[in-house]
Amino acid sequence: MQECRLSASDLACRKGDRLLFAGLSFVLAGGEALQLTGANGIGKSSLMRILAGLAPAYAGTVEFQGAVGMVDERPALDPHQPLGEALEFWQRLDGPADAALARLGIAGLIDVPVRYLSTGQKKRAALARLLGQEAPVWLLDEPLNGLDKRGVALVEELAAEHCRAGGICVIASHQTFALPGMQMLELRDFAA
Amino acid sequence: MSSAFFPLLRRDLGQLLAGGRRGGALLPVLFFLAVAMLFPFAVGPDGPVLARTGGGVIWVAALLAAVLPLDRLIEPDLELGMFDQWALRGISEELVVSVRVLAHWLSFGPPLMLAALPASALVGIDGATLRTVELGLLAGTPGLAALGVMVAALTAGLRGGAALGGLLVIPFAVPLLVFGAGSLATGGEAGIALTGAVSLVLLAMAPFAAGAAIRAGRG
Repeated sequence: MQECRLSASDLACRKGDRLLFAGLSFVLAGGEALQLTGANGIGKSSLMRILAGLAPAYAGTVEFQGAVGMVDERPALDPHQPLGEALEFWQRLDGPADAALARLGIAGLIDVPVRYLSTGQKKRAALARLLGQEAPVWLLDEPLNGLDKRGVALVEELAAEHCRAGGICVIASHQTFALPGMQMLELRDFAA
Repeated sequence: MSSAFFPLLRRDLGQLLAGGRRGGALLPVLFFLAVAMLFPFAVGPDGPVLARTGGGVIWVAALLAAVLPLDRLIEPDLELGMFDQWALRGISEELVVSVRVLAHWLSFGPPLMLAALPASALVGIDGATLRTVELGLLAGTPGLAALGVMVAALTAGLRGGAALGGLLVIPFAVPLLVFGAGSLATGGEAGIALTGAVSLVLLAMAPFAAGAAIRAGRG
């Protein structure tokens, strides 16, 4: 896996008139994981979007080395297409990744249109897209939502493997996420 | 990055062309033919009047038909999070938008030019005028496609974006209409050349304007 690093220094985020958090800093090197915790609306998803470079930070800087892969509440799969074709579009951009389908237990669903899939199945499909991307930095926003027990265990296993291989995992979730050696960051401590 | 061009084009065409999931190319064409068919009913069977105004009617019908798919051009992909995933892979909004302009044009430009053949028979215009109309449409529809994608990007995510999009496109399309339909009155190539010039300006602007609009909306 390519060399990776993610550092945030003195980040602040503002939504409308409200300052959500300020003075947030951390550094992650390859193989490290971080869980962002905090109540609803505290700014976990906003922080994820800032880390991904999709939204501007109100203050502070984010630096990363290595490609970033992100899974959030939107699966980014065409709802009218069968799952296989929807994932194939991403495979054409990222390279083939057929092993991921079987691993995530969705190999039997490739003929089912994405709009008929359950929340958990869509989440599994989004994770298949993430695996295919082979990005060293993973940003997982509420990755456990809608997943059953086996799904949760599977995501924890995937994240652990990813870190062992030298990747970075940032997980935003209010649920417990079992990952050995993971650092915790409580957003309430930085609330402005 | 250029390797993303063909996958993107393939997806866009699959969605925008006939049989695609975003309404297909059939709807604008049928709408276009319906307008061309209504016109003789409204004006009456006076041959010379129809022949004199028919070319202009075809142009107006083409403009209105191009407005139809506006709300399906950008907004669904924003909602699905596709643009975010492309951005993470270093695929710029400008590239995505350029591909979409091409796919949008392919889905309504050539079909409208084909449909102009039966439409010309309905309004009774002669062969020479039909040739001017077709050349004008060839020069003007790429500009309409660029304008459509640009406005779709600007209005994506707004409430009532679809209606607003139509209202925005129409005034901006006036130059295309003036030169395109104007070439019928003068019968010369100057009008078609000017239509082409307006189209090129719109095509050059569209990727940057629409790309900026999508990034600004992301916030």
